[in-house]
Amino acid sequence: MAQAGKTLHDPALGAQSAARIAAFANVLRANGFAIGLAESRDALAVLASPAGRRSNLLKPALRALFSATREDWRRFDELFEACWRGKGVRKVQPLRGAAASAGQPRPLPSSFPPEAPPGAKESGARDDELGGASTSGDRRDAASSAEALKSRDIRHIADPQEMAKVHALAERFARRMRARLDLRRTIHHSVAHGGTPIDLVWRRRKLRPLRLVLLLDASGSMELYTAFFARFLHAAVDAFREAEAFVFHTRLVHVSSALRERDVARAVDRLALMAQGIGGGTRIGESLADFNRWHAARVINSRTAVVIVSDGYDTGEPERLGAEMQRLARRSRRIVWLNPLLGWRDYEPTARGMQAALPYIDLFAPAHNLESLAALEPYLARI
Amino acid sequence: MPLAREDIASRLAEVGYIADRDLATALWMMDFLKRPLLLEGQAGVGKTEVAKALAALYDAELIRLQCYEGLDQNAALYEWNYQRQLLAIKAREGAGETAERIEEQIFSEKYLLERPLLAAIRRAEAPVLLVDEVDRADEEFEAFLLELLSEYQVSIPELGTISAVTIPRVVLTSNNTRELSDALRRRCLYHYVDFPDVEREAAIILARTPGVASSLAAQIARLVAAIRKEDLRKAPGVAETLDWAATLAGLAIEDLRQSPEIVHDTLICLLKTHEDRARLTRETTQRLIGKVA
Repeated sequence: MAQAGKTLHDPALGAQSAARIAAFANVLRANGFAIGLAESRDALAVLASPAGRRSNLLKPALRALFSATREDWRRFDELFEACWRGKGVRKVQPLRGAAASAGQPRPLPSSFPPEAPPGAKESGARDDELGGASTSGDRRDAASSAEALKSRDIRHIADPQEMAKVHALAERFARRMRARLDLRRTIHHSVAHGGTPIDLVWRRRKLRPLRLVLLLDASGSMELYTAFFARFLHAAVDAFREAEAFVFHTRLVHVSSALRERDVARAVDRLALMAQGIGGGTRIGESLADFNRWHAARVINSRTAVVIVSDGYDTGEPERLGAEMQRLARRSRRIVWLNPLLGWRDYEPTARGMQAALPYIDLFAPAHNLESLAALEPYLARI
Repeated sequence: MPLAREDIASRLAEVGYIADRDLATALWMMDFLKRPLLLEGQAGVGKTEVAKALAALYDAELIRLQCYEGLDQNAALYEWNYQRQLLAIKAREGAGETAERIEEQIFSEKYLLERPLLAAIRRAEAPVLLVDEVDRADEEFEAFLLELLSEYQVSIPELGTISAVTIPRVVLTSNNTRELSDALRRRCLYHYVDFPDVEREAAIILARTPGVASSLAAQIARLVAAIRKEDLRKAPGVAETLDWAATLAGLAIEDLRQSPEIVHDTLICLLKTHEDRARLTRETTQRLIGKVA
């Protein structure tokens, strides 16, 4: 229990303890804790209580109060020791990844084909316009887009306006997967009419139908398509509230946080940065194993569609890929494999990796131009 | 009648929950500050058990709301009993009552179905409200829950505002399948529940499984701790440990070294996937037993 040396010097004195709590809260805030006035006030109440006079109780009490995440929880003790017992520690520890990068644009390298920042802004504005339009409206818009664009191979799309269409397309996928009749509410409303269901109530967003997990192959053989799909990833993460994105070559990188960046160009740049230095051959099997082991439990639920974008050229063992695909198939509701090469006239999925993966794929579709992606829409809406 | 902090740990032990000091402090603060407690941790570390123990501790009713994707206010808060309302409408129409009168009648207490959240704020004795796996619910629901947890009142359009009779003790658990909002996290006290250390797990086994000698309990706790360090898909939880301890007690095992075969065969209590089962071969089990026993 409490040793004499650990007792705090008279912390019950009002003003003094208020100042100490405030100072401590400031240090915690500087370290990324989310602490409001209510928390500080409650901390004072704790300090004034019997627990406040015993430092071995004070620490767990303040930790429960001030922590909000496991990360906070883990770092609390060290900060507490530093502040209350004056042990020498750096004032500010390195922040969590997300907090550190927010709002601090660094000069970023761009390994994906560049897009001029003004162009990116323009594409963002167009996105909003399309997003605001009615469903039928923007469907027509996308459907009537120039034939040339629709059937042009994605490799040749670089224009920001065309990129905006990609965004709109992903957004439409997201919207199509909502909207159902809400039977309970319909009956509820019918009560007013003596049980005749006059007002039909549509369920919107309530039953969020689908979670999307995207795995993008960013290896050398996919190079020409990577920039395009990176934007598709961004649009999907943007439009689905429950989407997770991963990029792999030889290893797997979780890139959702980078893609939550609103600005397309910046998001894609961050993505490029995160995916850097993993060149070389593709290890699809190992990347999937990594995914199954470390991420699947968290990101996959019973209503998850997994979309793998890859050409299937795997330098690893095909058996490994097959086994991991099987594990993945057992967990997820649907597996969609988008293969840009499938759009080529003479392509046969003969790559050994592709052969091993085929039995576990629910939908094997080409994805070399916008038209082929748009053709997926009815399928995804049914899941 | 808030309990003193020191009493909480010993009282919890009496009701069969062996808490560490940090958790006891958090439970004391729940009462002191009237804040909900958010528990995070891997599946199987005993998060739900905390709420049950808390209910036993205060001799309060445990009201449980299991969250899932698509959970809405109808399932969580209240719902009108439509069938009954429809019947009432037909019956009263037949009796020649006016529409206004009927409407007044069918939107009354009698036709209201209480769901867990409404139940939790309308009890005369403060219950323990367990909002289990809150991360599975949607963000809309989370926002609504946050409002309820700060105001402790709900409004039902047809009935008016219902304020809490008593403030329930609220425990939320999360498995981290989704990031919870900062606002909800801030509203709550936070406690990260880890797998218990060997001594505490042994104490839990002793408290919950009659017929297990303390030497065996210690062996089991050490072996389970060793198994958790293996590269498994799903680390065994405390509930699994208890199952296994009960199994071994049922087979009249007194020492793990006594019959490694049975130990290996009964590991199905701990390992719940085919891969994990295959990974822990007989030799591995043997080696682990040698290490811990």
